[in-house]
Amino acid sequence: MRDLVRLARASWWVILLCTACLATDSEESMVSPGTVGRCGGRIVVAQRAEAKTLNPVTALDRPSREVIQRLQADLIHINRNTQRTEPALAKSWTISKDGKEYVIHLRRGIRFSDGQPFDADDVVFSFRAYLDEKLNSPQRDLLLIGGQPIAVEKIDATSIRVRLPQPYAAAERIFDGLAMLPRHLLEKQYADGQLGNAWPLSAPPDQLAGLGPFRLKKYVPGQALTLEKNPYYWKKDVKGQRLPYLDELTFIPVASEDAEALRFEAGDTDILNRMSAQNFAQLSKDAAKQNPSKETLRDVGPGLEYNFLLLNMNDDTAGRLPEIARKEAWFRQLEFRRAVSLAIDRAGIVRLVYEGRGAPLWSQVTPGNQLWRNASLPEPAQSTDEARELLKRAGFTWTRDGALTDVSGQVVEFTIITSSSNAQRTQIANIIQQDLSKLGMQVRVVPLEFRSFVQRVTQSHDYEAAIMGLATGDVDPNGDMNVWMSDGATHLWNLGEKKPATPWEAEMDGLMRQQLTTVDFKARKKMYDRVQQIVAEQLPVICLASPNILVGAKMQLQNFRPAILEHYTLHNIEELYWAPK
Amino acid sequence: MSRSWGRRAGVTVLAGAGIVVLFAGFFAPYDPSEQNRKFPYTPPMRVCFFEAGHFQFPPLVYSPGAGRDGGRTEEPPAIRLRFFERGTPYRIAGVIRWDRHLFEVGDPGKFFLLGTDALGRDQWSRLLYGGQVTLLAGVLGAGIALLLAVPLGAMAGYFGGWADALVMRMVELFLAMPWLYLLLATRAFLPLRVQPRVAFLLVVALTGVLGWARPARLIRGVAGSVRERDFVIAARSAGAGAGWILVRHIVPQTASVVLTQAALLIPQYMLAEVTLSFLGLGMSDPVPSWGNMLQAAQQYSVLMNDWWMLAPGVVMIPIFWSFAVLVDSGHEQVEFRHTWKSFARERLGS
Repeated sequence: MRDLVRLARASWWVILLCTACLATDSEESMVSPGTVGRCGGRIVVAQRAEAKTLNPVTALDRPSREVIQRLQADLIHINRNTQRTEPALAKSWTISKDGKEYVIHLRRGIRFSDGQPFDADDVVFSFRAYLDEKLNSPQRDLLLIGGQPIAVEKIDATSIRVRLPQPYAAAERIFDGLAMLPRHLLEKQYADGQLGNAWPLSAPPDQLAGLGPFRLKKYVPGQALTLEKNPYYWKKDVKGQRLPYLDELTFIPVASEDAEALRFEAGDTDILNRMSAQNFAQLSKDAAKQNPSKETLRDVGPGLEYNFLLLNMNDDTAGRLPEIARKEAWFRQLEFRRAVSLAIDRAGIVRLVYEGRGAPLWSQVTPGNQLWRNASLPEPAQSTDEARELLKRAGFTWTRDGALTDVSGQVVEFTIITSSSNAQRTQIANIIQQDLSKLGMQVRVVPLEFRSFVQRVTQSHDYEAAIMGLATGDVDPNGDMNVWMSDGATHLWNLGEKKPATPWEAEMDGLMRQQLTTVDFKARKKMYDRVQQIVAEQLPVICLASPNILVGAKMQLQNFRPAILEHYTLHNIEELYWAPK
Repeated sequence: MSRSWGRRAGVTVLAGAGIVVLFAGFFAPYDPSEQNRKFPYTPPMRVCFFEAGHFQFPPLVYSPGAGRDGGRTEEPPAIRLRFFERGTPYRIAGVIRWDRHLFEVGDPGKFFLLGTDALGRDQWSRLLYGGQVTLLAGVLGAGIALLLAVPLGAMAGYFGGWADALVMRMVELFLAMPWLYLLLATRAFLPLRVQPRVAFLLVVALTGVLGWARPARLIRGVAGSVRERDFVIAARSAGAGAGWILVRHIVPQTASVVLTQAALLIPQYMLAEVTLSFLGLGMSDPVPSWGNMLQAAQQYSVLMNDWWMLAPGVVMIPIFWSFAVLVDSGHEQVEFRHTWKSFARERLGS
């Protein structure tokens, strides 16, 4: 009798095991190529501000997006290290010959973090939400191609069809970062028009679900936001162990960059996502004193941020701001812009502002962007003499005490504005001020509070020159369409142009538009190379330098592979693990 | 005994600081905005009076190696310090042109007595020129505040009644004003073409105008008590007009309060300048002020490595202490003597 019971028990276990095996077999999980690690442990990461929401549809601010990216997953993902796309929730996809139709096959058998299955209905629902005009999602712009929205429809439970209004280069890249939402949790709120308010930080964890490596555990306002391992995550390591390795991920708000570095050094945080060159030098120095070293600090190389000197060439200032319009006449002269560019000590900027951890720039694409940089552009060295020669040719003269005057005898003097919250850019402005004084230009530097700075540059156009920086989240030139198209919202030097003001702007418009619909990479690269050449030659903005991405992590944290694309350090959080002590 | 010693030390410190700062061009070897890009964050340089066992005069200095970002490549050459040499031209107190400097090393050598900042600018020269800005802010701000406070406070105290009520309500209004936001707004609205110096003076003047309320309340109290004194009543009964009494009898009686207030307000306004510039809203680079110089000390790496960047903070300590000593002695004067003459004799005589 006892044997019978034993047998029954054993067979019960066999049946259970078999069903479990069947269940896992039907799940098409993705195998992550990183080194096999061990489970357990937690990491703490600082954020400059607290996340404002956990709603992927409405999140605008960086901290919120940083958290959401750990809670959610996308169909096609940009690998931060290779800068190329790779399958994520989509197992594979095919493109029609005309480049206007994508058929995407989803992974089978995968589940949201609350255990509910994920299928094509969730995808269709997610796109409906992102494209809904009423919700005004920041992602909506990405999903409009030539002003027309993309169309997403279900083919069957695991495949969908995406129709583009026109062929679109690198269409796969638009799926990166688009979180797939759980229809079972959000459909009702969407129907009630409440989706925009869904998932605040105070939402109970059981009402949130995602496909990311972590799920919400606890939020203590002002103190910490804790995420825990998603037991249903769809990635495994090569040994078949389900990822992520870490049990918990905690975000803590830390007020300033210096405080962030200090907390890292004190061991309160395990990863330092971005630091200034000054702090990098300091932490390296401190780390050198430790034996054995507790932290690993990495210089990942130039990121995608390009800092530039912006000379106001807006044509709506005539009559309204006569003094600025008068100075714009100088800025519109190519010789003037070239002289300014030649006089600037870019190497000095990199050395003094970034302590050598940066790259001088003559065009908008940084050396960090391996795929798109036009490496054949000339990089003229600083030359005050050549700059003076150019000015002389353009009819500028010098007074007896060395001040530069234009053709009508007016002294060349202007103001560079910077944002007072960015000390590095103010420092750049001070370097430029001294460089331009060697040409006899009288330059003032005025740091302004950030909002009034942005207001002047983008709205009132009541400024003469400014130091700014731009960075797109992706290497692809499509992210910069707004900057280089003459009708773009970030066409900073002359906003709101009805038609291209100069032949070279018309050429840039043509090239940018053409590359957008060209699918062949080589052909696109050739076009964007030409755009870079135009920027370097015509100097609509005078590119200066790009800071390196500097990060740090505890020595024992393994699989740490920082990248120059955001999120620099947590992009492969599922692979991170603690080495045994 | 010890009190008079303190007072004397205070006056000496202030007079010394005043002279050095006023003649900054002479005491500073370089222009404060001159960048030496090869030498960022160079530590203060040693002045050697003894070299190889021998007394050296003029003393020797060693030209700096590269700053924090580069190593010292070769043995730095020793240069002899030169006194009263010609160098960068400057203006004394913004008027007289001159080009003699107290000390110099002559090109291509460099001598950074207090090291350099991030852009390789001589910290000593910046400290002296920056002092001009900060001390001026203190004196100007306090001057404007008192210039408004004395007549308004004296009138309120002397006349009483509705004049008193009006001034006192204004005082309350000004005390309740969120001045920091007002200053932020002012800076944002100023046209960009305004020279940084002018913009700064405007901001200081505005802080002065905003600061009259507190001293006015004190002066009103003194004026109110003096009003009932015999000599005022005598003057009034002799037919003296209100204006004459105010100028001849009331205001002189407030002198010790005014002086004490000045000694209190000047450091307060210096601190206001430092705070505003520290926040990036006062004097902007490249014109130095103690506040914008201290801005660099917000950085962790600077705090850890480049202690000389804290120099403006260090020099403020004796200066503020001196003002505090003067305030103290001012209080004593109020306690024991009531006339301005004896106050002045005691303070300036010994």
